[in-house]
Amino acid sequence: MSTAAETGPRPDTRQFDLLCLSVAVALLPHLARLPLWLGPPLLLLVGLRCWLRRRGRFAVSSWLRVPLAGLLLLLVIVEYGNVFGRAPGAALACGLLALKLLETERIRDARVVVGFAAFVLMSALLFNQSLAMTLALCAALVVPLATLVLLQPSMAGRPRAVGTAFRTGGLLLLAGLPAALAAFVLTPRLSTPLWGSPGWDEQARIGLNESMQPGSMTDLLVDDTPAMRVYFDAAPPPPAEQYFRAIVLWDFDGATWTRGETRAYLRPEPVEDLRSVHTYQVVIEPSGRHWVPALDVPLDAPDQTRLSSDHTLASYAPIAQPREFRLRSAARYRLAPTLTSAERTRALAYPAAFNPRALALAATWRRQGLDEAAIVQTTLALFNAGFTYTLAPPLLGRDSIDEFLFDTRAGYCEHFSSAFVFLMRSAGIPARVVTGYQGGWWNPVGDYLLVRHSDAHAWAEVWLSGRGWVRVDPTAAVSPQRVQQGAAATNRGLDWFGGEFLRELRNQFDSVNRLWTTAVIQFNALRQSQMLGRFGFPDLAPEHLLGLLVGAIVVLLGAATYWTLRSGRRARGDALDAGWNRLRERFARAGVTISPQQGPLDFGAAVRRRWPQPGAAFEQLLARYVALRYGGEPSAEQIRAFRREAGKLRVPSDV
Amino acid sequence: MGRATSRIAAWRGRLLAWAERTLPALTRLRRPEALPILLDRRRIYVLPTGYGLVFALLTAVMLTGALNYGNNPALLLTCLLGGACFVSVFVGFRALSGLRLVQVRARACHAGEAMPVELVFAADGRDRLGLRLSAEAAETVFAADRDRAAATVLAVPTRERGWFRPGRVRVSSSFPLGMFTVWSWINPDASLLVYPRPEADPPPLPRAGDRQDGRLAGSAEDEPAGLRDYREHDPPRRIAWRASARHATLLVRDHERQGGTAVVLDYHAVAGLDHEARIGRLTAWVLMAEAAGEAYALAVPGRTIGPALGAGHRAECLRALALLPAA
Repeated sequence: MSTAAETGPRPDTRQFDLLCLSVAVALLPHLARLPLWLGPPLLLLVGLRCWLRRRGRFAVSSWLRVPLAGLLLLLVIVEYGNVFGRAPGAALACGLLALKLLETERIRDARVVVGFAAFVLMSALLFNQSLAMTLALCAALVVPLATLVLLQPSMAGRPRAVGTAFRTGGLLLLAGLPAALAAFVLTPRLSTPLWGSPGWDEQARIGLNESMQPGSMTDLLVDDTPAMRVYFDAAPPPPAEQYFRAIVLWDFDGATWTRGETRAYLRPEPVEDLRSVHTYQVVIEPSGRHWVPALDVPLDAPDQTRLSSDHTLASYAPIAQPREFRLRSAARYRLAPTLTSAERTRALAYPAAFNPRALALAATWRRQGLDEAAIVQTTLALFNAGFTYTLAPPLLGRDSIDEFLFDTRAGYCEHFSSAFVFLMRSAGIPARVVTGYQGGWWNPVGDYLLVRHSDAHAWAEVWLSGRGWVRVDPTAAVSPQRVQQGAAATNRGLDWFGGEFLRELRNQFDSVNRLWTTAVIQFNALRQSQMLGRFGFPDLAPEHLLGLLVGAIVVLLGAATYWTLRSGRRARGDALDAGWNRLRERFARAGVTISPQQGPLDFGAAVRRRWPQPGAAFEQLLARYVALRYGGEPSAEQIRAFRREAGKLRVPSDV
Repeated sequence: MGRATSRIAAWRGRLLAWAERTLPALTRLRRPEALPILLDRRRIYVLPTGYGLVFALLTAVMLTGALNYGNNPALLLTCLLGGACFVSVFVGFRALSGLRLVQVRARACHAGEAMPVELVFAADGRDRLGLRLSAEAAETVFAADRDRAAATVLAVPTRERGWFRPGRVRVSSSFPLGMFTVWSWINPDASLLVYPRPEADPPPLPRAGDRQDGRLAGSAEDEPAGLRDYREHDPPRRIAWRASARHATLLVRDHERQGGTAVVLDYHAVAGLDHEARIGRLTAWVLMAEAAGEAYALAVPGRTIGPALGAGHRAECLRALALLPAA
């Protein structure tokens, strides 16, 4: 404790309550993201402190605070591995903010807490940039501002001070809006980050995994946030053909499908016989991952991406900001008409120690002498006969495919594709698992396809001689509407409330989100220069931008100064004098002047000395001014009338 | 640590002295002005506070963070916060601009005490919150509501008897956010009276018999001429109960006409003390006589006051003592 903290007045109950509210408002947006051991206890701590102080328990002993701070540091390190970076840094900041509130007993400290709370509030946007979050947090700024106002001297004990504080805070936000927008548009954006990679912490990654095991997609399939938006140059493909491939999984160890070792040196598998080629643009939401899901099957790689041998696209850098790619895909194609022996071996490998029943089933098919197409048809018919599609399947044990195929017979795309590819391989047909997204919601307003994380999907590809890799979706055999109508149609059973209406509303609202993404979130250096170019400032260097910003601020400063000074002389008497002074100036130009301390009667005498007969209108006007000026508070109407008359009066001329 | 702070204080003092020499209007070298004093833009100054600077630094950190992560919503929030702070300087200016000091008044006090100087401000149609008045050693915080005159009391320490001017007073405000301080110096031309400092441990009052002409106090009980009607604030023990019993109203003994009972506090009779010490003793005696309820007369060079008793008489005596020329 510094000595400075011991001095100065203490906040009264109202002031301290509002301070606690500021801290709570700053912590709330972090709550969903913070680990459970941190978020709720911090809010509880704030509430407890507020309550105890109301009951007259002021200081919190440093015997309690120091161990708490140590504990916080320790837990953050245990949870995140270090204290640097965005997620651990924000967690630490939240904790320190609440702890700082414990020792705050003076107005001075309280103001420091408010500043810190504003910082924590802002840091919530580093994790969630959505329109709703941004609007909510910008509106929430009024709470720390109001707290600062309430902490002003003379506000303690003043009636209705909290209302005044909130009104003042809100007005400040509104009045600061022009300056804020100017600064937002004109602040030079960094082309490269100053420190660290603004990438993603491991925990924060969302979207498709590099590996797949039954149940790994459950979280994804209930996540309704947008994964990407797709804008087709021409008509979009029908829903049943909207397969966006992201990852191809080759290797299976009995429990998990993985990509296996990457073969970056391999050239993309050849594609032949292309028909119905789509050109389109995808805007991918930040995921922290490299995948660029592309319509089956992408033909070439745009800048900053690589097309791997199995025709999946990956960005060089993790996607940390919304990114756009222009892509070209063929809906009808022949992929890899010939298969190398290495690929064939890989596409046929399976662990023999697992799933004996499935292996036996495949063996019977082989003994029956079925050809490749017949085996595929038999398997799909098997799925179609007795399997159910559900997002809440029973748990599976060691021989997961056996249990799924013969016991539980319920699951979703992961289960179906995994079992299908295993059966194919054991029956001697090269096969692999493909994950990505399937379908989406067509936004008729914006003419784009909105693909959500819940549209994540897994399917299979089998290699048939003469036809190459052929897409087979075993899930479609069980639940055709999953493919025809999208994930929303099959996931309906999960809603315990009338979610359909809400989802529809959210679909409509996505147009607004899209606007938000393009206009605000993606407003990078390039967009900035494009926009300023349209206003006649092409190709501005950062220092020119700063100059423009300073210019804008000077203009706003001038406007604000004008408003401030002008509003100082709005009193009625001044309007009267303004009319009088104008009259005097006109006479002064004709040579009749009086000194500042002389009054209207002196002025009349001076005029009469110059022109012995100044006229009835002049005398009347003079009498009127004297009556208005010295005869009590004149009405606005009287003043207007006087000014009108004074404007009409003609100054006598000598000629 | 302590040395560093004292060095900073010395630097600050030197800087202030330089500023006062070069910019008299900016600082406190303002001549006394007649009331009312209107605060307008020519005499209002603005600087960021320490908190404002720290907050600016914090905003810069937030800005850098938002730019580094290429996070436009965070940048927008930071800009909004900065914009609100930016316009707060104008709101602060408006808190002071147009404020009028219309009256300065004070209850007299004795030298060495803090004089409660009351300054009355007119808000001129605007609520002005978070105002702060500070003189050398005194500070007070007040708010002026739009339709009412705001009176605030500043306890200004006094040192000498006689006419006292409250001196330069700083009117300031850091409203609304505390990021900028807006201030103006006012030096109202107001003369307030400071009574002399009473002697700390004075000897007892001189007895009435000590008066040079040797008139003795007689019993006033039976003198009808020494009675007058009761007025409010007359001490109860002055009431002539026996005489009152024969009248419809209460009667009190009147010192003016009583003659002989009054204590005379004579400047010249106080021997063996210097000028200021004599004034101090006489002051103490005036207070004692007033407290004891004994009529007294005060004789100072060139003037005799009384004998009489009561607040008015006391004020007159103290005023005469306060305004005695220095020896």
